[in-house]
Amino acid sequence: MRRIISVLLENEPGALSRVVGLFSQRNYNIESLTVAPTDDATLSRLTVTTVGDDRVIEQITKHLNKLIDVVKVVDLTEGEHIERELMMIKLKASGAARAEIKRTADIFRGQIIDVTPNTYTVQLIGASDKLDAFISALGTATIMEVVRSGVSGIARGEKTLSP
Amino acid sequence: MVVRALHDEGVKYIYGYPGGALLHVYDALFRQEDVQHILVRHEQAATHMADAYARATGKAGVALVTSGPGATNAVTGIATAYMDSIPMVVITGQVMSHLIGEDAFQETDMMGISRPIVKHSFSVSRAEDIPAIIKKAFHIAQSGRPGPVVVDIPKDMTSPTERYEYEYPKTVKLRSYSPVTRGHSGQIKKATDLLLAAKRPVLYTGGGVIMGNASAELIQLARMLNYPVTNTLMGLGGFPGTDRQFIGMLGMHGSYEANMAMHHSDLILAVGARFDDRVTNGLDKFCPTAKIIHIDIDPASISKTVKADIPIVGPAQAVLAEMIELVGASKKQPDAAAIKTWWDQIDEWRTRHGGRYRTDDSDKMKPQQVIEMLSKVTNGDAYVCSDVGQHQMFAAQYYKFNKPNRWINSGGLGTMGFGLPAAMGVQMNFPDADVACVTGEGSIQMNIQELSTCKQYDLPVKIINLNNQSLGMVRQWQDMNYESRHSHSYMKSLPDFVKLAEAYGHVGMKVEKYSDLEAAMREAFAMKDRLVFMDIYVDQFEHVYPMQVPRGSMRDMWLTKTERT
Ligand SMILES: Cc1ncc(C[n+]2csc(CCOP(=O)(O)OP(=O)(O)O)c2C)c(N)n1
Ligand SMILES: [Mg+2]
Repeated sequence: MRRIISVLLENEPGALSRVVGLFSQRNYNIESLTVAPTDDATLSRLTVTTVGDDRVIEQITKHLNKLIDVVKVVDLTEGEHIERELMMIKLKASGAARAEIKRTADIFRGQIIDVTPNTYTVQLIGASDKLDAFISALGTATIMEVVRSGVSGIARGEKTLSP
Repeated sequence: MVVRALHDEGVKYIYGYPGGALLHVYDALFRQEDVQHILVRHEQAATHMADAYARATGKAGVALVTSGPGATNAVTGIATAYMDSIPMVVITGQVMSHLIGEDAFQETDMMGISRPIVKHSFSVSRAEDIPAIIKKAFHIAQSGRPGPVVVDIPKDMTSPTERYEYEYPKTVKLRSYSPVTRGHSGQIKKATDLLLAAKRPVLYTGGGVIMGNASAELIQLARMLNYPVTNTLMGLGGFPGTDRQFIGMLGMHGSYEANMAMHHSDLILAVGARFDDRVTNGLDKFCPTAKIIHIDIDPASISKTVKADIPIVGPAQAVLAEMIELVGASKKQPDAAAIKTWWDQIDEWRTRHGGRYRTDDSDKMKPQQVIEMLSKVTNGDAYVCSDVGQHQMFAAQYYKFNKPNRWINSGGLGTMGFGLPAAMGVQMNFPDADVACVTGEGSIQMNIQELSTCKQYDLPVKIINLNNQSLGMVRQWQDMNYESRHSHSYMKSLPDFVKLAEAYGHVGMKVEKYSDLEAAMREAFAMKDRLVFMDIYVDQFEHVYPMQVPRGSMRDMWLTKTERT
């Protein structure tokens, strides 16, 4: 099962490499990973998406908690949550394709953020499956480049992840 | 500041080897007398000495090694400590800060290399942080589930020309690290109820009882309940080896009765043990009828391989103490009749196959006989520091440990070369104790250069070299799984160990006949101030039994070369 794990981490050199190292050392998989400092500059917030059965996920959260630099860990998928990912996608856009791409982007509430006579660059924000759906909806359009930020997540309601 | 901080931490000995990146620190060591530095001959030995000190005392040992090759030489020792959860602080020199990342002379990324084998590591980037970092390093190494901590210090951070305000912190606060200090009372209550209702219980205890200082509590609880106790390789000494309730070590080379009891039990109380693959054998066949209570300080150890029915996260000592109280106050007591039947069964197993090896009429010595003699000559009170191989298993099986912290071996990593430096680390700190290094002619040669360190510091270790003229453990596997093709498990060019010992200024003895053994061993242990290297020729073809059949259940064992369960 796919899981989104959020981690509060000391914003210290080496801390990120410990997290990444843990995943490779113990043979856990990382689908995506995002990390940036929070409002408190001494802390980073990290989001990992991974797949695994309950036993593996339990081990992942336990081992993350064991890392000295890790302040808090939560498996967001255990409760109601919101996930978002940002994608920028550069497409060949000439002739008939140009209007078609614009229409598809509108349907997905994407924005065209860069334009040349032959290309569009579309920005799209949403859950990962929405981004996937957009790519399939493009059909025959030629994709030149895709950049995805990886997933960030936050719990719904009043729950927060704080030190 | 480094040396002063170590002194303020109460460190008496540090084990190390100098080099460019550490010259400032070594100069500081020279100009004081509080912290004594022990010069080894190879950095690996420094880490093992520090590690063994920790195993014998529960306090973190300290090693000091230079950057580059010094640091990489220490890696095996750090990994050894990590695998057995041993508290240790390893200070590594580093090239000057401004050179880091430039492939400078003797630069290695020690933070990177050591990352998967440390509990935590620090890199010093401001000299004034050194006291606080050292304080944290000790705190982290010694608390919770212990482990090695690396402190990497660039040379410029120790420069004597810079001066800083020095203050050694009294306490440590880390918002991201707060190990549990007691178990969950509700869980402990549930566990105690289950424990009291058991009909075929086994107490299965490991290194957590030793490092968690919980041996007294274990003994008390076991006595109250009259339940059988088995120890892991790391847990030996946690329960007295000569006690009637002790059924031996369990696992791959565990006793027949311990493995049988585990397999047939209806309740396993695991304390500070981690259901390691060398214990469980085939996981799918593991103890089919047992409910499992698992007490461990590390939540990640619980339900890692075997799912616990009642997990209890907490220090062994506190949790066991709480259980003792509950059992004492409980109206319900163990089912005496069922426990009696269970003991009858265990005793039957014990007499059927317990502690058995064959001797023949020749005067050829069996390695097991040597260990039994060692146990007799030292009354089960020696510190026994072992290397890795068949001799290690024989020592674990046949030495009767009556006290915790006296059996010192590399269980998790299985590091050949551990034994001698470990014995040195113990002897250094317990100068009057009997300290034996049980080793093989293979292992001892991995750190033999330390005989020189022993001379320098007058360490009267007794080396018990079970010389079977082969890498016995490898050969055993080749006998059992590769139709006795002894690929590179044979050593054709052994040195004369007696002369070698003498060359280093020690006493050497060669023993070839069992009839000479006792007198020779007594003579060796009577030489209180000399290192004696006993080169003891034992049967080359002996195997360690019982041995679990790979991927079988706990009760599937080879009992001799031809007999299996
Ligand atoms: C550093 C290291 N290298 C290799 C091994 C693999 N190994 C395990 S036991 C063993 C043989 C040990 O021989 P010896 O010390 O003579 O002990 P014996 O088994 O003969 O008693 C070997 C090579 C190891 N455990 N450690
Ligand atoms: Mg040998």
